[in-house]
Amino acid sequence: MSATYILFWFLSALAVVSALMVLFSKNPVHSVLWLIAVFFAISGHYILMNAQFLAIVNIIVYAGAIMVLFLFVIMLMNLNKETEPRKNIWMKLAGAIAAGSLLMILVSLVGQATELSHRNLLMKDGDIGLIKNLGKILFSQYVVPFEITSILFLSAMVGAVVIGKKD
Amino acid sequence: MSQTPLIQILFLSVGLFFIGMYGLLTRRNVITILMSIELILNSVNINFVAFNKYLYPHQLEGLFFTIFIITIAAAEAAVAIAIIINLYRSHHSVDVEDANELKW
Repeated sequence: MSATYILFWFLSALAVVSALMVLFSKNPVHSVLWLIAVFFAISGHYILMNAQFLAIVNIIVYAGAIMVLFLFVIMLMNLNKETEPRKNIWMKLAGAIAAGSLLMILVSLVGQATELSHRNLLMKDGDIGLIKNLGKILFSQYVVPFEITSILFLSAMVGAVVIGKKD
Repeated sequence: MSQTPLIQILFLSVGLFFIGMYGLLTRRNVITILMSIELILNSVNINFVAFNKYLYPHQLEGLFFTIFIITIAAAEAAVAIAIIINLYRSHHSVDVEDANELKW
């Protein structure tokens, strides 16, 4: 029971509990804050799996940009009071059954994968996820997808402005 | 240097995926539905990074997939929030059940 293992379990429990709290909190602002906790836990997992740059990118992009956008929209639309007024019990039941049965299928599949069951991940080892190695490959092998991503961003920005403007 | 079974990371990913799936199916607030989608994308990201570390620990394919997923999630969130603002302007609510003009 090493320190890394304890840290892994702590981060996993934090991620799952925060994800449940995202769904079960009525106030959308609380949901956003719990979701930021999920993102920080997942960034901890990335650091344990030697993806240091990815952990920082995850925090900057998700917790810094996307969640702040969500918070702005919630505050602008005055949604920070108790929403979800009427509960449809059949809807919740159907969602629980559908998601739960799919969950059971995937859990049993992962549990039966004997190929994976005794494999271990080396944690806290290697420096392949550092920005130096990652940037070299990103700008040599993956330069075409990188540029296509920039076109995607440009079109998304134009689309957001066109859709969101008052007419 | 310590070892963690791969299967525990996969169970974490499955759990997060279906918490997000339950939210996607049951919530009515569009913003919460969008947050559930972000949760699902993040669970997939954990899978990519774990399998990259497990299968090819000296290559970076899974990490690049994850980076591109994060960028696409950012673009998707921007467009979706523009749509939500427009929906709120025309319907004065963000409940998905109120926007039923395309229903039949």
